[in-house]
Amino acid sequence: MTDAALIWSYLSRDPLVWLAATLAAYWIGDRLSLAVGRKPWANPVLIAVLLLAVLLVGTGTPYRAYFEGAQFVHFLLGPATVSLAVPLWRNAPLLKRAALPVLAALVAGSVTAIVVALAVAAAFGVDDVLLATVAAKSATAPVAIGVAEFTYASGKEAVIKCGGILKIEAGGTITPNAELVSDGSGKVVARGTTATTLYNVIGRALTDAADGELVMVRWGPYSTWGDNAS
Amino acid sequence: MIAALALILLFQLGGEATAQALALPLPGPVLGMIALVAGLALSPRLRATVTPVADGILAHLSLLFVPAGVGLVAQLDVIRSAGPALLLALVVSSLAAIAVGALTFTLVARLTGSAPE
Repeated sequence: MTDAALIWSYLSRDPLVWLAATLAAYWIGDRLSLAVGRKPWANPVLIAVLLLAVLLVGTGTPYRAYFEGAQFVHFLLGPATVSLAVPLWRNAPLLKRAALPVLAALVAGSVTAIVVALAVAAAFGVDDVLLATVAAKSATAPVAIGVAEFTYASGKEAVIKCGGILKIEAGGTITPNAELVSDGSGKVVARGTTATTLYNVIGRALTDAADGELVMVRWGPYSTWGDNAS
Repeated sequence: MIAALALILLFQLGGEATAQALALPLPGPVLGMIALVAGLALSPRLRATVTPVADGILAHLSLLFVPAGVGLVAQLDVIRSAGPALLLALVVSSLAAIAVGALTFTLVARLTGSAPE
């Protein structure tokens, strides 16, 4: 009989283990979230991340080793971003009808998110590198990660990921507030827009299907801080 | 399915190539997405091919954030030093952005009379 430790030392170097663990953890997170009626605090991503974090720390596995397996999932963020074209196109009639308010809300919301996040973080003495990742947080998550990776092509990506997930956690808890949004007439777009301004994906999981369908990716403000950072 | 995946990857590739070639401060996939929106508007065939697979990918979008999220364990020292400040920045800025976005939307919708429904 082979020693369990030996099997583990063999398997732990295999991408299969962490790819399987990632999907399993998300599965568990999704079931738990479903079991409590999709409460915002029981976010599947948050649960999966906590489970995996405990597992990594417990087994002394470095993040780099974990990412060997998880990269296959991570890679799909690119194709997923491209896929956002479909809901965007689908909502084109709605967007066209409300083009001005949507654009105005996106610009105002984005600028507010960036400025306020930077101001608060700076007030608490967060350093420059981290500040730049905070700025990226106001884009939708797959885009934010892309922007952040672009801005800090190498070396700082783990920091970016940190910013990314904090954003996701906060988003899961906050998005329901998007309901406080507006009066009767503009409600659908306004809710969808603001939820997406911040966290379209998790926002979409939380708000009901009708509102959640609207997906918007803001790209206007990127150039500003892309330039600053390079 | 293969055709749709190939197309999505090609749009991404085109976006990456364009972003690199023109040194644009935009991620390649975002350019790919913009190009795909145009493509979907122009070609019903492209629509029929890409839509089911794109919906499939997006249905599990939040799973894709898990690997990046686990990156937290590589940043425990950052969290220890700046965690509360970051969290506060995220929460406060999110609330502010929701409020400002919503107010702007309703205000502009009222001014332009362009609210839907």
